[in-house]
Amino acid sequence: MSEIGQPATTGDPPSKNVIEVRDLVTHYGERMILKGVSMDVRADEIMVIMGGSGSGKSTLLRHLMALEHHTSGSMRILGHDIDELSGVELVELRQKLGVAFQGGALFSSMTVGENVMLPLFEHTALDRKTMEIMVRMKLQVVELGGFENLMPSELSGGMIKRAAFARAIVMDPKILFCDEPSAGLDPVVASQLDDLILLLRDALGMTVCVVTHELDSAFKIADRITVLDRGEILFIGTPDELRASGNQRIQNLLNRVAEDDDMDAETYLNRLTGDGPAYRPL
Amino acid sequence: MADAETPNAFQRTADKVGRAAVSGVEEIGLGAMMVVESGYWLLFGRREKQPVRLGAIFEQMMAVGIQAVPIIALLAATIGMMLAIQGIHTLRIFGAESRVTVGIAFSVVREFAPLITGIVIAGRSGSALAARIGTMKINQEVDALYVMGINPVRFLVVPALIAMLIMLPALTLFADFVALFFAGVYVNLDLGISLAAYMDETIELLSVDDLMHGLGKSVIFAVLITVIGVVNGASVQGGAEGVGKATTRAVVQSISAIIVTDMLFAFVVTRG
Repeated sequence: MSEIGQPATTGDPPSKNVIEVRDLVTHYGERMILKGVSMDVRADEIMVIMGGSGSGKSTLLRHLMALEHHTSGSMRILGHDIDELSGVELVELRQKLGVAFQGGALFSSMTVGENVMLPLFEHTALDRKTMEIMVRMKLQVVELGGFENLMPSELSGGMIKRAAFARAIVMDPKILFCDEPSAGLDPVVASQLDDLILLLRDALGMTVCVVTHELDSAFKIADRITVLDRGEILFIGTPDELRASGNQRIQNLLNRVAEDDDMDAETYLNRLTGDGPAYRPL
Repeated sequence: MADAETPNAFQRTADKVGRAAVSGVEEIGLGAMMVVESGYWLLFGRREKQPVRLGAIFEQMMAVGIQAVPIIALLAATIGMMLAIQGIHTLRIFGAESRVTVGIAFSVVREFAPLITGIVIAGRSGSALAARIGTMKINQEVDALYVMGINPVRFLVVPALIAMLIMLPALTLFADFVALFFAGVYVNLDLGISLAAYMDETIELLSVDDLMHGLGKSVIFAVLITVIGVVNGASVQGGAEGVGKATTRAVVQSISAIIVTDMLFAFVVTRG
């Protein structure tokens, strides 16, 4: 693993890690969500971030996309320290990132083609004809060729996700983030999306970072898996290493076993009665 | 038994009022920031590689202004005729109905045209803006803009604000003409004063100051409607129900702000 600390320069980053997170601590209001997370994502790999509900995986993804401010720690994306980037530099960095949101996040007032074209329109000086060709090419990649004139409301759930992928890859990003790509889809469509993610990595050479809680999908696509638990990293390794892990919490996650709440009696009473004392006389 | 930690009714009310006050101040601050940021993107957007698109402004101008022309025309004509009816009825008591033109001209240009236009646009476009931004927020479309390197204020707010700043005064001017014309038609039918004589007298009575009084107000209304729509849209939480609440709140706040500002503006300007 390469060390962080080198100042970011123009051109290719010196490290083969495209994402480096160190001791990341984040809060929502008073509540600490991520409690010192450190992880790397290597170039050209598919990193799957897993964890139960409330583990902090979606929060981690939002921070990796530079959508939230962290309390402490550092984050380098493509060699750039997020905290040191100016507004213009952040915009330039974001052009190298693609994001496929859980619900697609397609703009409902635009056609599918206009949605996919938007990043090109905003960030390039290409003429309209060229942009249209590029849009058709990207829609073809996600098997939505010919659908560019439909509105998002006319698409099925799986098609919306694929259109979101097309928009995410239209600028040929170096890193593609996917938030719960299989959520809410039937197994066949979910499997097709897994194949699409593999295709994007293999054919277009993208690094892909996927947040999911779908075990089948994670094991199918992941080169490495990060497991988050209650805001902390529980495991980082290959799918085989994950399966072989002796950690009880990981085995519970893999075997879909609900964990016992190891809350003591006083904490339980506190929860029932609010933030006050454990016992409050009537 | 209530212990020392349990707040009494007064403390709870004070707490509620305090929180509402803090939230109100926050919203005003957010609105002010939005206006400042909009100015920044308008002036320096090109330097930041995020220019404000003319196409987006024209699109908003169509939605805010052109599509509102029929309803503004209908309401302005109604208001003009209503003022003529009431004016003639009142002045007839003193036998001075032929002086109705004075009341109509000043009332329409200084008061009714900007007010009715502002209220219609608040209901039509302010609510649409709140609903649009609120829906985009809950569907992660605002997040999508950020990650695409597109500033949402520059992309969504600035075109709406510019369109509103151009179209609201334009619609107010249009409402002035329509209201004055239909008032003249009624005056002609009721008092037999010719339309040409009515128009001559109206033009003679009105000064540029009177016109600017109305148009100046409409500029302030444009900023208020946009900012209130955007702030309410941006504060949406809780899905579709949240969008509905924010939209209603935006309309109520906009209309209230318009009426209060109208009075304050009239007070300040007429005493200046």
